This record gives sequence, structure tokens and C-alpha cells, in this order.
Amino acid sequence: MFFARRALLVLAAGAAFACNKPAPAEDKSGAGATAAPVPSQAAPIMLNGAGATFPNPLYSKWNAEYAKAFPNVKINYQSIGSGGGIRQIIAGTVDFGASDAPMKEDESKQAPGKLLHIPTTIGAVVISYSVPEVTQALKLSPEVLADIYLGKIKKWNDPKIAADNQGAKLPAKDISVAYRTDGSGTTNIFTDYLSAVSPEWKDKVGAGKSVKWPVGLGAKGNEGVTAAFKTTPYTIGYIERAYATQNKLPMVELKNKSGKFIAPTTAAMSAAADGVEMPPELYVSLVNSAGETAYPITGYTYLLVYADAKDNAKGEAIAKYLWWALHDGQQYSEALDYAPLPAKVVTQVEARLKELTAGGKKLL
Amino acid sequence: MTVRSDVSLVRPRSKLQLMLGREANFGDLAFRRITALFAGSVIVLLLWMAWEMGLASRLSLAHFGLGFITSTDWDPVRDQYGGLPFVYGTVVSSLVALVIAVPISLGIAIYLSELAHPKLRGPMGFLVELLAAVPSVVYGLWGIFALAPWLRESVEPLLAKTLGFLPLFQGPQHGFGMLAGGIILAIMITPTVSSVSREVLRAVPAALREGAIGLGATRWEVVRVAVLPYAKSGLVGAIILGLGRALGETMAITMVIGNRSEIAASLFAPSYTMASVIANEFTEATGQLYLAALAEVGLLLFGVTVALNVFARLLVWRVGKMPEGGQL
Repeated sequence: MFFARRALLVLAAGAAFACNKPAPAEDKSGAGATAAPVPSQAAPIMLNGAGATFPNPLYSKWNAEYAKAFPNVKINYQSIGSGGGIRQIIAGTVDFGASDAPMKEDESKQAPGKLLHIPTTIGAVVISYSVPEVTQALKLSPEVLADIYLGKIKKWNDPKIAADNQGAKLPAKDISVAYRTDGSGTTNIFTDYLSAVSPEWKDKVGAGKSVKWPVGLGAKGNEGVTAAFKTTPYTIGYIERAYATQNKLPMVELKNKSGKFIAPTTAAMSAAADGVEMPPELYVSLVNSAGETAYPITGYTYLLVYADAKDNAKGEAIAKYLWWALHDGQQYSEALDYAPLPAKVVTQVEARLKELTAGGKKLL
Repeated sequence: MTVRSDVSLVRPRSKLQLMLGREANFGDLAFRRITALFAGSVIVLLLWMAWEMGLASRLSLAHFGLGFITSTDWDPVRDQYGGLPFVYGTVVSSLVALVIAVPISLGIAIYLSELAHPKLRGPMGFLVELLAAVPSVVYGLWGIFALAPWLRESVEPLLAKTLGFLPLFQGPQHGFGMLAGGIILAIMITPTVSSVSREVLRAVPAALREGAIGLGATRWEVVRVAVLPYAKSGLVGAIILGLGRALGETMAITMVIGNRSEIAASLFAPSYTMASVIANEFTEATGQLYLAALAEVGLLLFGVTVALNVFARLLVWRVGKMPEGGQL
């Protein structure tokens, strides 16, 4: 719930699209350019992780691929939610945590050691709708979207919606607003975005995994909101991009900071990451990015690991797994509706991974 | 007719125990102690859970005090927590469920025990009980894809047209809301209430029915005069069982109730229950006060359940003391 609280360090950088190409690193153990450091073959190692549901499809894919490549390391990830992930890594019941939102200060303080945020991938939240009359992709401005969720725009044929959609047949029907009722990273990114573009939203509602919604009906999970589109005509709602593509739902083209209407493609998500400089702590909000072709409701998701691992073998396994995820792992993101990390962020994360220690001893 | 003074279906002390007296032999003593331990473990577990929840909600109890129960503001962003809308949602949705389910369940029970052809009784009873075995998420999905659209398109407009003068049936019709939640709960508790009621009715001695028939009673009169009065405390017990399930149900009702922490007079309006808010927000809750507030909602649910059960027990006790039998 904190993207909004972080200052956006905005770069008016050109959109140098991120690609999977790993930055040349002093990868001593790797045989090829992308080879991860090979985990020690000695004893089988079991790593447990828990946290965010948002990146779960990608993490599951990673774990399966990693198990194929390095059979002696078994990684078990439980998508119990970011809050649970943070609680468990603090309690030390898992080897790594995962969260869509950076940890709060009072949470970091509870941890017995220093916890690092490792960005792993970029996800997007899309706005979808069910308006049978509208055949072309609906276009929305940020103010209009905020007004719909504030309950100020009530009808689909509102002049403010019509202004962005010349020629579209907009019915004089009530807008049925749907939101995620279960606490979620998706809601966090979405409300963070609304707070960034609408002072009134920021003032009245704010950003968080669960907020006090001014209007609308709460549906449980991405699947609940998806069901709302299918059963309730004239609904608007927000969901993870993967759910929209899998269910072939229409996606709103949102006006970004540069005034362009942008569809949520993985290229537009990467462009959003390119438009925001990653600070040294390795977490930052990507919403309302200044990139010219950036899709504005985009966010990083993070793994949480201790800077100094208690167990040498496990610490080493985690460091090597993260290194693999940062390089080899990125190729799986697009097929699963995530965007790979930009090259410059990869370099920053590499530097951070090299600082990982166990009992003061460097791991990579 | 005998007056049944106890309310439960199982007598606390068995005849065997009375016959044997205390500590008849070592085996019996051990048996008694072990079973007492099992029974006692339930009480220990209950107290332990209440204690743990009280402990977890300490921060919120200290911070909000009684205001937690009276406030309707639930705003995790600003760390403001009030539980009243959830209490309201839980209690009202359960009551709606009882209003719908009790007459239907009693009808089912009476039909199966008194009126149905003996060959039908077995299979039909089995089918009713099968309803209880359907997982609640399946009810929830059915609620989303079938019940809510049907309510929105057919039932709610009809109710608004015919009973729209009542505040209960006014306002925008979404399909999702208190009414949908109440109906889902009603469907879920019907098998419980009807199968327990059927067993209770079956336990009514045949002599009572025969006596009533001998006096020239019709089928309906037999049920009204001889069967129901004898069985009423057991029937109330069956209803309490149903109420317990309705209060604690989480998944299905979350999927259809609309999940808004508001108190509205209309049954069409979305609402929120205590169990739902815990299920929805606990996994992603961060921050001490937020977690404490969710734990306090759990404590509140505990309290409401106990209060309603005590109330229902008192009701049974009153019912049990009323004179038996009706008039022809």
C-alpha cells in the first residue's frame, strides 16, 4: 500500500524496451552468458517460499524449470498472499517471502535481520468492461476512471466518457462498478494509480490492498470480477492482465501521462518500467509512468530475502536461484502476461545479489 | 403425554451409568475418565480459542474500545476499524436464511416422516442429505452464475413491484446482495434442518398418532395436534443447528453478498459478513492494528454466535415448558 507514498523518480527517458538479454556480469561459475551459477551438487536442498498470489503463475513456472535444470534443489512456493509472505519471512518460517508491495517500515523493524527487496517481474492491472454495444476498445482518461470509481460518473453515456470515444455507441445504462474484495496486490496497484492521478481519490480513499470503496460491488478474486463481467452487463472492473487475456475480455486503453491512449501490452509494461528510475533500495512504484508508450497501471513484484542468511547452504541456493530467475527466468514472463525486467534494473539487481551473504561470507 | 424436560437429543447420563453406579470397576472408571477427557477437550479448545483471539485483538480492543462495535467505518488505509456492518450483515443474512429455510425444511421433514409413501422416504431423504455434502464454493459459483442473474432479472423487479412500499425491497437491483446471501444460506442450511427435523419427527411415538387418528383427526390435525407439539423442542434444536451453520458460512456467501461494509435497510443492497471480511482481508493484511482489528471481528463473531445460541437455548427452554398438545 505504499507505492503512492514513494516519490516517483520520473525519467523522461526514451523507451528503450527491456529485453531478456542479461547484462554482462562477472559470472564466474557460468558456462554460457545466461548460465546461472550451478547450485552445489552435494546434498538435496529444499527451499520454502510464500507470499504474493499475483506472480504465482510465473514463480510456479520458474520452480518447475529450475527443478528440471537443477534436480537437487527443490523449491516450494505457496501463494498465500503478500501479507502472509511478509509475516512468514519475518517469523523465519520460510526461506524467502514474496510481496507485491514493499514492506512497511514497522514491518521491516520486526524482522530479526535486514530484508532485501528483489524485483522479479512486472505485472499490469487492466480495466475491463462488459458493454455489449461497444465494439471497439473503450478509451478512458485517468480522471474519468477515477470519477467512475468515486461514483461521480454513473452512466455509460456520460459526456466525459463519450469525449474520449468519438463514434462509439454508448448506452444510457447505469455503470455497475466491480472491485476486488479480498486484499490483493492488484487492488494495491490499482488504487495506487487512482491516488496518483486523482487528488480527490487520494484524499477520500487512498491506496491499499483493501480500501473503503465509495461505490460498487465487491467480488472475490480475479475470478470473481471476471464472473461479474460475464453475468452482469454494463460492469466495469479491474483485473490482472492474465485473467483478461485468458478470458478474452476487452481491455480499456488508458490515457497515460504523455496523453496517449495505451493498450496493456507487455511492451507498454516494459516501457512503464523504463520511464521510472529504480532507486538503490530496489523498490519503486511504476504507476502513471512518464514513458511515452507506458501503460500506466503497472507494478513490480518482489521477493524478500535476508541480506545475511542463517544457513550457508540455503543462502547459497537462494542466491543462485535468484540469479537464475533474473536471467534465464525472464524469458518465461511474456507468455504468462508479465513483462521482463529492463536491462538496467537487471544490472542493479545483479549488484544486490552479489552483496548477499551467509554469516558474513559472500554467496555469489 | 410425557413432558420432556431436557432439551438435547442425547441424555447427559446414560441408564447404564446409573445402573452401575459410580466406579463400578476399574474398566468403567477408566472409560468414564477417558470420555470425560474427550468431552472436556472441547471446552478447553473453546476457551483456548477465545483466549487466543482476545490476545490477538488486544491492540484493537485497547485502541477502539467499545467504539469498535458501534462504528460503521472500516478503512484499512486510514487504520480506522469498526465492526458494526459485519455484525449486521451476519445476523440479518442468517435471519433471512432462517425465514426462508425453516418453513421449507419443516415441510420436507413432515412430508418425509408423515406423508410420503414409505418407498419414497429413503431415496428422497438421501437426496436432501446429499445437498449438505455439496461444497460451499460450488454453491457460491452457482450463486454467481445462476442465482444472482435470476434475482436481478426476475425476482428483484417483481419484489420491487409488488412489495416495493417496504424499505426492504427498494433501491438498485444488482442481484448480488443481502437477499442473494440469505437465499444461498437458506439452501445450505435446509438439508441440516430438514434431516434433523425428520429424525425428531420419527421419534414421536406412534401411539400419539394412532390416538389422534382414533379421535377422528385428519392427517393435518394429527401433525398439528399430536406430532409437532411433542417434537417442538427437538425441532427448535434442529433450527439452531441450521443457524449455527448460517452464522459461520464464509465462502458461498462471500461470493454473492456484494461485500460492502454498509448497513442498508434494503435486502437488495450489498452487505458484508464477519466471516467474509476475515477470509477476504486476513491473507493480505499488514500492520499490527489491522491484524488486531480482524482478530477482533473474529472475537465478535464468536460472541454473536454464543449470544444467539444462548438466546435460542432459552427459547427452547421456554418452548419446553409450555403445555403440550394442541386442541382439535
